Amino acid sequence: MANRPQPSFPEPDTQHFWDGCKAGELRYQTDPDGNVVFYPRGHSTVTGDRELSWNVSSGLGTVYTYSVVRQNRMPGFQELGAYAVAYIDLDEGFRMMSTIVGVDDPTQDIHIGQRVQVEFEEQSGDDSYPIPVFRPV
Amino acid sequence: MAQERLAAIAGIHEYPLRVAPGVSSMQIKAESMKRALDDAGLDWGDVDGLYDALDGEGGGGLGLAAYLGIKPRLLDTTQVGGSSYEFHASHALRDIAAGRCNVAVTTYGSTAASMRVPIGTGGMGRGGASWQQNMESPYGGTLISNYAMVAHRHMHEYGTTTEQLAQISVATRKHAMRNPEAVKAMTDLQFVKVDEITVEDVLESRVIADPLHLLECCMISDGGGAAVFVSPEIARDIKKKPVWIIGAGEATKYRENGGDITTSAGAQSAPAAFGQAGVTPDEIDIAMIYDSFSITVAVMLEDLGFCAKGEVGRFIEDGHLAFDQPGLTLNTDGGGLSSNHPGMRGLFLLLESVRQLRGESTSQVDGASLAVAHGNGGLLGGTHTGGTVILAAD
Repeated sequence: MANRPQPSFPEPDTQHFWDGCKAGELRYQTDPDGNVVFYPRGHSTVTGDRELSWNVSSGLGTVYTYSVVRQNRMPGFQELGAYAVAYIDLDEGFRMMSTIVGVDDPTQDIHIGQRVQVEFEEQSGDDSYPIPVFRPV
Repeated sequence: MAQERLAAIAGIHEYPLRVAPGVSSMQIKAESMKRALDDAGLDWGDVDGLYDALDGEGGGGLGLAAYLGIKPRLLDTTQVGGSSYEFHASHALRDIAAGRCNVAVTTYGSTAASMRVPIGTGGMGRGGASWQQNMESPYGGTLISNYAMVAHRHMHEYGTTTEQLAQISVATRKHAMRNPEAVKAMTDLQFVKVDEITVEDVLESRVIADPLHLLECCMISDGGGAAVFVSPEIARDIKKKPVWIIGAGEATKYRENGGDITTSAGAQSAPAAFGQAGVTPDEIDIAMIYDSFSITVAVMLEDLGFCAKGEVGRFIEDGHLAFDQPGLTLNTDGGGLSSNHPGMRGLFLLLESVRQLRGESTSQVDGASLAVAHGNGGLLGGTHTGGTVILAAD
């Protein structure tokens, strides 16, 4: 059971996204013109329109870029050893920060352009939010 | 096109110590302001404009003027990270030209080293709930990892190599070794090797966040300084030759769906600055670029227009950067990599530009007449600002 920092609430823009993680859904928004809005917000970043729809992503995407963090003095990450931070381009057209799991050596086994699939990593603690992470497919 | 002479930098001071225990940030700011005014031959009571980046204990718009004991008629507390001081110079040009003030100062003080602030590796904030924190804090990104992700993508798209990026660290260290304050900084901060370095040294230093090595990362120091901005009328009577602010540009950029992470806000701020100044990048003698990391400089060399996007590796290999090489000269004070980085380096970019254009640098380029200072604030690869200032010798 992992122990990553949890999102903090009340935070109205991202609540529905994190509720989705509990439901095993990677949720993103679109505006009436079809523009993808992400990270979640109350308005379209293209038009300012406030009538957004929620959608569920296939969770399939591509590694846009990444770094393997060797040194992080923050509690919870200090003892992890090397781990990846990445931007993932989801097939529906949105980019999110995440990490890549399920590789033996993150310094060798991750590359830009790699296809990945979301999974929801359970976290310790009662009623905690699972964290969306990505695994190579 | 005749360049307009609407505002000048009249006085500067760089706080000499990088480890300053027992001194507060506010004391560094006040002492630096006094010494910068002395450098210009101006008095404390002459100051009628105050720019501040909200640094220091109890500072900012409410606290700083009270601490200093001045009553400016213009207050501007623009805080956009390390490029705040380029924004201040930009605003000073605008405000002085509009007659809003005649003698304005910006000051900086930080005790990041003495306070052991892990700026680059401390993990990104876990402050209050925010839309962005909630989406990013679970992943353990550090300040450095943002820049490292830019480096990886740049290498992937353009074939840029660590060997090429390392040349930035090598040239900067060469300048640092000629600057006594930088040598003292590296000594006081207990650098393993206080000497010139090679590409091999950079490659053999440990990786902090792939692909960035320790010797591609700036130091964390104490420090600070001040700059005095004046109107043309005041500039006529100062102690030294004024250095003219002839163009400025501001921009911001952030993570975008489908966006190009290898292009920074500088690609927007630089054309505005060069356009206002009426000069082109190939006329620039000195580039003072915020070297938080090697990749920051690489991206900015492209975005400022010194070479095309993706070609910085070849540009570096062609033998620029060091003061004794032909062509563009970079960060002659030793940069954040090897001289001074208390957290917001933007001020020092202006200060060394002024020294070069006055002929006072420890790595002086003969006849330097045009400099560009480009600050990057926030996180390259994430939300960041770009501030570009073009400066001209009198």
